[in-house]
Amino acid sequence: MAYLQLRGIEKTFGEQRVIKGVNLEVQPGEFVVFVGPSGCGKSTLLRLIAGLETATAGTILLEGRDITNLPSSKRDLAMVFQSYALYPHMSVYENMSFALKLAKADPALIEEKVSRAAKILNLNDYLMRTPKELSGGQRQRVAIGRAIVRAPKVFLFDEPLSNLDAALRGQTRIEIAKLHRDLGATTIYVTHDQVEAMTLADRVVVLRDGLVEQVGTPLELYDRPANQFVAQFIGTPQMNMVAAANLKALGSKSGLKIPEGGYVGLRPESVILVAPGEGEFEAKVELVEALGAETLIYVSTAWGAQLVARQTSRTPLTAGANVGVKIDTSTAHFFDAKGRVAAVN
Amino acid sequence: MKRLLPRLLMAPAIGTLFLWMIVPLVMSIYFSVIRYNLMQPDQVGFIGLENFEYFITDPSFMTATMNTLLLVGSVIVITVVFGTLIALLTDDPFPGRNIVRILLISPFFVMPTVNALLWKHMMMNPIYGVLAQVWMFFGFTPVDWLTDWPLWSVILIVSWQWLPFATLIFVTSLQSMDREQLEASRMDGANYLQQLRYLYIPHLGRSFAVVVMIEMIFLLSVFAEIYTTTGGGPGDASTNIAFLIFKQALLNFDAGVASAGALFAVVLANIAGVFLIRMVGKNLDK
Repeated sequence: MAYLQLRGIEKTFGEQRVIKGVNLEVQPGEFVVFVGPSGCGKSTLLRLIAGLETATAGTILLEGRDITNLPSSKRDLAMVFQSYALYPHMSVYENMSFALKLAKADPALIEEKVSRAAKILNLNDYLMRTPKELSGGQRQRVAIGRAIVRAPKVFLFDEPLSNLDAALRGQTRIEIAKLHRDLGATTIYVTHDQVEAMTLADRVVVLRDGLVEQVGTPLELYDRPANQFVAQFIGTPQMNMVAAANLKALGSKSGLKIPEGGYVGLRPESVILVAPGEGEFEAKVELVEALGAETLIYVSTAWGAQLVARQTSRTPLTAGANVGVKIDTSTAHFFDAKGRVAAVN
Repeated sequence: MKRLLPRLLMAPAIGTLFLWMIVPLVMSIYFSVIRYNLMQPDQVGFIGLENFEYFITDPSFMTATMNTLLLVGSVIVITVVFGTLIALLTDDPFPGRNIVRILLISPFFVMPTVNALLWKHMMMNPIYGVLAQVWMFFGFTPVDWLTDWPLWSVILIVSWQWLPFATLIFVTSLQSMDREQLEASRMDGANYLQQLRYLYIPHLGRSFAVVVMIEMIFLLSVFAEIYTTTGGGPGDASTNIAFLIFKQALLNFDAGVASAGALFAVVLANIAGVFLIRMVGKNLDK
């Protein structure tokens, strides 16, 4: 029995269908990440769960209870907003205790819950400050603290790291992961950053144009993408997509049946550069990105395909050099003309 | 040399400003310490603070001071309260909102004298005024507003004129209200009244300060509305300091006492100003 269940959720704004029927089950304690390009409806879906928007069709169940038409405050959910949405005229303590105060909780209990949350988040020294006296990372923690204090059934995060600088983002990501492990709370997290999705999630939900493209663990999505979109969305640099027509030679060599009019997807680590003449085909180096631990080499073939290869060793190659390309067909992905995964054997 | 030229070039502007400010002030001070009555041109000379004594012991003086404070205070309270309500009411989109907003703001474009005449003749006239018609429709005796409630009539007229100003400031302030904060408070379980108390009112704090300060400056010297409607009467029931000064200068022809009154008005404005700035200044720091 799923903890949180979405059944056939649809949402229209005027003429525009933003969510086109989403079904999803979230297990207790799970960390689920919604990821997708901008405008895919991931934030809208989160807001529908939060009750900030009303679904046009479908039902939302939490612990078997229908919450589709309940007001947000009655749903037992807490949300961390992109802008943190801290109340600017209240101190950190007042911000964190606001919900309990409105619920007329016992002041001693409020005090206890707030100080426990503050301790978890290392906010004890800042309780009497106002949000504008805090740094971005501290504000972020207050926003999370405000959610923790309410002890909700599900935590909702709406792109919480997008306002932080790169270094702090990585650090906060780790803190959120640790926090989730400590609290064991069911969490739904929205992001457009697939690195965040891969590192935080138990399961990732990839959305496009209001539809779920694939649901799975991060490595499932990486190793077995359901379609071309997911394959290209997950992983940096992007998976190489080569028109199958250009790889006929490869097909005949490896004995695989490459789908007519389809595509072959190759992760950058499946593209291996060798000395000219030793590979399956020839290519010319266009650009070398040496990142230290790994090196990305962009090559173009005589028939116009662009490929990127990733290797963990450094390279003496420079732009303009001729290389041979070998393909690790065991990790190649095959898609038919419509972008769906194709059987090749 | 390098400093001389810019100073020289700025001198005309600074000089003009200086003269513009200082000359009237000095002349007021000068007139307030000499005997200067147009009805008695033969009696001249330095009389010290006697003009101030005349002004302050004038039987109308206390009434005028109280009327001034009551007028300023009431109009500020009315415009801030109703301005906030109207701004909140028109904050959410509805069909025709822009037209409604223009209509709400238009009273501010009406000249004070015209405004006063409109109210005097079209609204408050006990025989053919709109209010009299309403009263008669419900079977009541029409109220002769300007005779029975002179000061409150003036307050109503001035409030009508200044309400749009307050509304305008609050409407613009509400537009910068953070939507996510409101959503967060909704998730925290706040109803509209609680949102009002914990989010909207604190957010409007700075605008309250601006409205109170600006209105105070302009309302201390309300004159046209009083002159056009009640003429300060009946008796001195609707006389404020500005109107009392006018009476001294142009009805009693006593320029000396009028100047003393003008200086008193400056002092009063400063006292009120200090209190108000103390009260609202905290908001401006934020």
